[in-house]
Amino acid sequence: MIVAERKPIEEIIKMVEKHENILVLGCGGCVTVCLAGGEKEAEQLATTLRLYFQKENKQFKTITTTITRQCDPEYVKSVAEEVAKADAVLSTACGVGVQFMAENYPGKWVYPALNTKFAGANLELGVWGERCGLCGECILHLTGGVCPVIRCSKSLLNGPCGGSQNGKCEVSSEIDCAWQLIYDRLKSLNSLDLILKIQPPKDWSKARDGGPRKVIKEEVRL
Amino acid sequence: MITESRLEKLFTDGHFVVTAEIGPPKNSNGEVVRKHARNLKNYIDGANLTDNQTAVVRLSSIAAGYHVLSEGLDPIIQMTCRDRNRIGLQSDLLGAYSLGIRNVLALTGDHQSFGNHPTSKNVYDLDSIQLIRTIKKMRDEKQFLSGEAIKEHEPRFFIGAVENPFGDPFEFRVLRLEKKIEAGAQFIQTQCIFDMERFERFMEMVRERGLHERAYILAGITPLKSAKAAKYMKNVAGMIMPDHIIERMEKAEDQKEEGVKIAVEMIEHLKAVKGVAGVHIMAIAWEDIVPVIVERAGLLPRPEV
Repeated sequence: MIVAERKPIEEIIKMVEKHENILVLGCGGCVTVCLAGGEKEAEQLATTLRLYFQKENKQFKTITTTITRQCDPEYVKSVAEEVAKADAVLSTACGVGVQFMAENYPGKWVYPALNTKFAGANLELGVWGERCGLCGECILHLTGGVCPVIRCSKSLLNGPCGGSQNGKCEVSSEIDCAWQLIYDRLKSLNSLDLILKIQPPKDWSKARDGGPRKVIKEEVRL
Repeated sequence: MITESRLEKLFTDGHFVVTAEIGPPKNSNGEVVRKHARNLKNYIDGANLTDNQTAVVRLSSIAAGYHVLSEGLDPIIQMTCRDRNRIGLQSDLLGAYSLGIRNVLALTGDHQSFGNHPTSKNVYDLDSIQLIRTIKKMRDEKQFLSGEAIKEHEPRFFIGAVENPFGDPFEFRVLRLEKKIEAGAQFIQTQCIFDMERFERFMEMVRERGLHERAYILAGITPLKSAKAAKYMKNVAGMIMPDHIIERMEKAEDQKEEGVKIAVEMIEHLKAVKGVAGVHIMAIAWEDIVPVIVERAGLLPRPEV
């Protein structure tokens, strides 16, 4: 899922201080699961902002609502009335939700309340880790299910760099060396031959480097 | 001989080759590099020009290589994958060759978080093995990486790579070296050696796979300036610094002299290790000491070609 975290409150205040009437719009998708922008977080954020501006003796009202997904036209259109009543929208969705709201409501400011971080997994309570670089051409079948594109700090495809030591990345002892993980996995799967083969340069045009991407599924198009 | 490289000639003639590293300055003064080249000229067979070493912006390795060449010393330009994509890398290879540079060393490069621009965007479009293969493809197949033909004046580089016997997973290091040789590496420079036991184990595995017969291996040597430097190196990623070396440096009355002694002893030891084709001296910011080490290690005079 997409993992995000809330921006520092000072930054959010600066974005919205010129407005008097804000719609704080939560998202029920990924950001609810990673406890960054769901119903509860949207309400907490609205309360924090109201209290702040109250202390500053500034006129400031909020409406708070949460939709199932801010990346889906059906749900995004369902808040048309609330959006019309507000001066601006403060979205607690990921960057996709913020943009999709902006696309659907021209002439209305939609502000991001979160920093969208990565596609990752919930590793333990309160901890999320990056797992996918969205590169458009998966090679996990060659690397034992550990992605070097995103988990190696240098995205190396042919083994570890010289800085890998004791299973850790040269960048930080907090980061596992992806290639140590791959080596261990393939060894246990009796498939080390996979990393002895020279992997050719990656086709980055399938990734972001090819420009914004689209996925089209013809059979479900109207 | 595949190339016109003087360095390749020395290897094929069976000489015990000596190379050393020159760190280009953090400014545009080429004279700094020229001065080092003049000082080292009769003591080494080739000079490595580092490519924005430790991700710190410096005079480019290719420009530095040109200065070295102008002083009559054979340059080995380092080229890292960190800062350039495949277009930039190939363009720079053409440029370097056009200036008369004949040796290139392909590296991944230190991560930018260590350097003076930690917030920069890295590239790593290719990894070092893919870069080695690209250089070989340009030379032997007269093609760019894309497959487009280089109709004339293909760059004919003598291709080098690095390997770190002190990185992990240890067992994979020799296999990775083999991958680099498969990709086209003709000479290898290793990370600096302080743990001789581990290096010897590495070389044993190298010999078992016959890799010393497929590429020339230069053992990395770094003279220590002080006990403090030794302690610092203990924490550098990919380096093993045994405690006995730190203790020896600490006990020494003249630490610089002790550092030189250790380096000389190591070279003398390495001369006898089967499969070691030479030494590569990385006297980081201490280039002036290289002639002293080379002389005391009995490596003079350097051969004429």
